[in-house]
Amino acid sequence: MTAELHEELTDPHADQLDHGAASSRPLKSRISEPQPRGAKIHGNRPVDQSEAANRFMAATEHEAMHDARLWDLRQKRDKEMHGIEEWEELRNLASGIKEHTLSKLDYYLELFEKNATANGIKVHWAKDGAEHNAIVLEILRSKGVERLIKSKSMLTEECGFREFMAENNVEVIETDLGERIQQLDDEAPSHVVVPAVHKLRTDVASVFAKTIGSDPDNADAHYLTECQREATRPLILSAQAGMTGGNFVVAETGTFVVCTNEGNADLSANTPPLHIASIGIEKLIPGLDDLAVFVRLLSRSALGSPITQYTSHFRGPRKGSEMHVVLVDNGRSARLGMEKFWPGLKCIRCGACMNTCPVFRRSGGLSYGATYAGPIGLIIDPTFNVHKYRNLPYSSTMNGSCTNVCPVKINIHEQIADWRKTLAGEGEISPVKKVMMKAAGEVLASPVVYRASLPLGRSALRHLPHFMLYNKLNTWGRKRDIPETPKQTFNEWYRKNRKQQDEGKKS
Amino acid sequence: MKVGLFVPCYVDMFHPETGIATLELLERFGLSVEYPVDQTCCGQPMTNTGCEREAAKTEELFVRNFEKYDYIVTPSGSCTNQVRNNMTAIEQSDAVKHVRSRTYELVEFLHDVLKVDAFPWAEFPHRVALHNNCNTLRNLRIASMTERREEPFSKPKALLKMVKGIEFADLTRPDECCGFGGTFSVFEEGVSAKMGQDKVTDQLKSGAEYVTSSDSSCMMHQEGCARRMGANLKYIHIAQILNGARA
Repeated sequence: MTAELHEELTDPHADQLDHGAASSRPLKSRISEPQPRGAKIHGNRPVDQSEAANRFMAATEHEAMHDARLWDLRQKRDKEMHGIEEWEELRNLASGIKEHTLSKLDYYLELFEKNATANGIKVHWAKDGAEHNAIVLEILRSKGVERLIKSKSMLTEECGFREFMAENNVEVIETDLGERIQQLDDEAPSHVVVPAVHKLRTDVASVFAKTIGSDPDNADAHYLTECQREATRPLILSAQAGMTGGNFVVAETGTFVVCTNEGNADLSANTPPLHIASIGIEKLIPGLDDLAVFVRLLSRSALGSPITQYTSHFRGPRKGSEMHVVLVDNGRSARLGMEKFWPGLKCIRCGACMNTCPVFRRSGGLSYGATYAGPIGLIIDPTFNVHKYRNLPYSSTMNGSCTNVCPVKINIHEQIADWRKTLAGEGEISPVKKVMMKAAGEVLASPVVYRASLPLGRSALRHLPHFMLYNKLNTWGRKRDIPETPKQTFNEWYRKNRKQQDEGKKS
Repeated sequence: MKVGLFVPCYVDMFHPETGIATLELLERFGLSVEYPVDQTCCGQPMTNTGCEREAAKTEELFVRNFEKYDYIVTPSGSCTNQVRNNMTAIEQSDAVKHVRSRTYELVEFLHDVLKVDAFPWAEFPHRVALHNNCNTLRNLRIASMTERREEPFSKPKALLKMVKGIEFADLTRPDECCGFGGTFSVFEEGVSAKMGQDKVTDQLKSGAEYVTSSDSSCMMHQEGCARRMGANLKYIHIAQILNGARA
């Protein structure tokens, strides 16, 4: 394969790029630190995000790169935001459009179906992931498809689509570079926009060396990209069907829009004679005027670029080809009926909440062990499986910056707090938390008990009140010093120095 | 104007000097300030963990202690946010509504209610980095935020600017959470400590001698990290600086 590449790409003495995006901060890693893997999944047992996060942070090169890269995106987003005077107004508009559409979702879905059908698109309805997969398989089988190329789609991750197709002997090739890296590494995407952002170039070099035979010691971004291009193009050109997601579905025109930076959706849609788009029902918007609002917000929020390289409108099949849209519910209707949690359906999957989240940046997206990671994941994942994802709403400091960067104004940090209440109310809370909070509630409700629980001894540990230490977790002191305890509490000082004066004033 | 002083549990236990400075500072403005001695906590640890029912009795006690005051002032924005925005475990009687709407964080009380325009007694000839607690910043809106498009403002900075000799050190990520997060600091210890270490590193890089904040909770966490890291940084509550502490 190396023979097909340009000379400078295989020359070990040539200057190597530190990162594919030339304007991004160079990421200097020549150390081959093994890539930390994501959360350990044990059936339906609650995912332990902090265990996986600790392993991610222990890989210091990975953690430092991940934090720096995503913070860089946040800063670029801030810069773009400052360039748009009406930014906050745009967010209000976007939120309003989504709320309006969601409140009349049945109307807009049927309007889309009518207009899309008139455009020559075949519209299908799937109530869940299994139904989606079956519909797609039936279409593929009717055309004798053995190889499907697809662009990035979080919905198909929800549906377990690739695994299903593998079981049914349909080869699936991801066309988004990051997603292809993840596919070759048999790993889920760690981020909705930059799916392999948790990997160092050296990790990619090792995946490519194993799977497509590139030089394991060459971690140059250009070289690796070119190798992947050479390896994948023939597969793309010979595929019999293409699949995309859809960022926005326009009801009035019966069209849908896909935004990418690599043009890979266009490749997936336009190369083979069959295009299937799998789209969640919450992606509806009324008209093209509304679309303009979202196009201005999407890439600025996601990557800090004014617009994605490609904003492709799909209206109907080309001559001699077919176009199908599968509209998928998969829990969305039920979520729409949840009083506190329906606003999560406004999400346009920009990933801004992940980039700004200090917990996400230190933990890596795979630590969440769910399709959706980061702040938006914390409020969506429990709607899929409340028991398995019951710990996730605790993987947040509730600092609120996610809510502030959200282009559609989802009240993410408030929903995180609401999820904690809901989970505790349903008994889906870890026993340690429950016992600790019950004890704290009893101590703090009584001034006498509270004062009696306060430290009187001299050892540092005894100086923490019992209700804070009444658990096996006692983790404060692992990496932090315990505060020194003063000679007296404020309460004692006040009783000695002021209380008598107060009483004097009264009499 | 009758002011009730609320001294949060961790300030009572670990930083009585912050409580004393708050009391003395308010008295300098001629206010009649009382500290109800039977107070405990605002209920935040339980509410923050989702255990609202477990917070109810603590909230009731809080209201009983403070319902008779015109204003309730506390040197903590995080506790203020709990009382003002999240004290919902109990029935919303008139007394509860009164307490919730009348509870102020010290800086906003000085800035918005008293409209203080001078601290003639205050002098702090040091290089200081300012830390805003996330609840205080994003829920009480004590300052503008880098991720929002809004006119820059900062109530704590506006007050500190009236202190003689003070110099400000700029952080590269001024609004980044330090990782305290209440019970998060215990339940998610690993990420919490890492965020704290990163915050301390940023503070060190800024060349600050002191870090100040209107919340002791974040500083307790940051100071714990700084000491373990051997970082030469001192932490002081904004009430102490405004009350005339020199070091």
